Amino acid sequence: MTTEILMFGGLFVGYFLMHGAYPEMFAEGASHLSWQLGATNTVVLIVSSWTMALSIHFIQVGKNSKATWTLITTLACGGIFMIIKAIEYKSKFDHGLLPGKFFSAEHFEHANLAMYYGFYFCMTGLHGAHVLIGMSLIAWVLIRHLRGDFNPHYFTAVEGVGIFWHIVDLVWIFLFPLLYLVG
Amino acid sequence: MAQNKEHSEHHVIPFKILSNVMIGLLVLTVLTVVTAKGIHLGVLAAPVAFLIAFVKAMMVMMYFMGLKYDTRGNQVIFATGFIFLAVLFFTCAFDIWTRIQVQSTL
Repeated sequence: MTTEILMFGGLFVGYFLMHGAYPEMFAEGASHLSWQLGATNTVVLIVSSWTMALSIHFIQVGKNSKATWTLITTLACGGIFMIIKAIEYKSKFDHGLLPGKFFSAEHFEHANLAMYYGFYFCMTGLHGAHVLIGMSLIAWVLIRHLRGDFNPHYFTAVEGVGIFWHIVDLVWIFLFPLLYLVG
Repeated sequence: MAQNKEHSEHHVIPFKILSNVMIGLLVLTVLTVVTAKGIHLGVLAAPVAFLIAFVKAMMVMMYFMGLKYDTRGNQVIFATGFIFLAVLFFTCAFDIWTRIQVQSTL
């Protein structure tokens, strides 16, 4: 999990340095994003992190049916996050707001605006991939939970998947203000 | 994740603490939006947003991930990741800063 921090960390360092070099360009890039959708996704992920932590809590205290529902809610929140993300991506594709040579938008102020979208798609894309992997892992522990594999003395898999899911939340906590608000 | 033969039971984080942390995270999210969109902080906008994100990240790590109740070893391993991230950031920032000093451009 620590290596996950370093993987995203490289992108964050790149973001900070280039943001320092071209602050106005980054502000223009952020102005094209919907902070309302970003904020909604932040709330969705925070709730999903809470339900994930609760799943472990309920398994620890032997409330298996509650744990089933919190795991399902976590999975559903991951799905909602990806749907909102898809709506955002669709809007960027339609407006040609894409990285590098794929950039084809018109009416923009800064010539190197494509760089902002390079960061946007790399960071949110890598994060989105983590959400999908996390959802697959949650589906796996949910199936094992329904099969009765976990009990108050053994729940290591749920705990491990939980930590992965919290990393997904953790990264988004930084991505939201950096990409959508401050820009 | 502390586990040994004498204390094989994990620490159960109470429902109330987990729920309070979740509410705290939502309140801080509102605060992030208000400070960024509602009031114009100028140059302070980025540091304030980053500071709030840092507090939120600590809450997630300490309570949701349970690092607060974890062994010192795991806490150190986690902290090491952030220390190396800081090393990466400062060496890169120093590289760019000195480059600008010498060449007047990136």
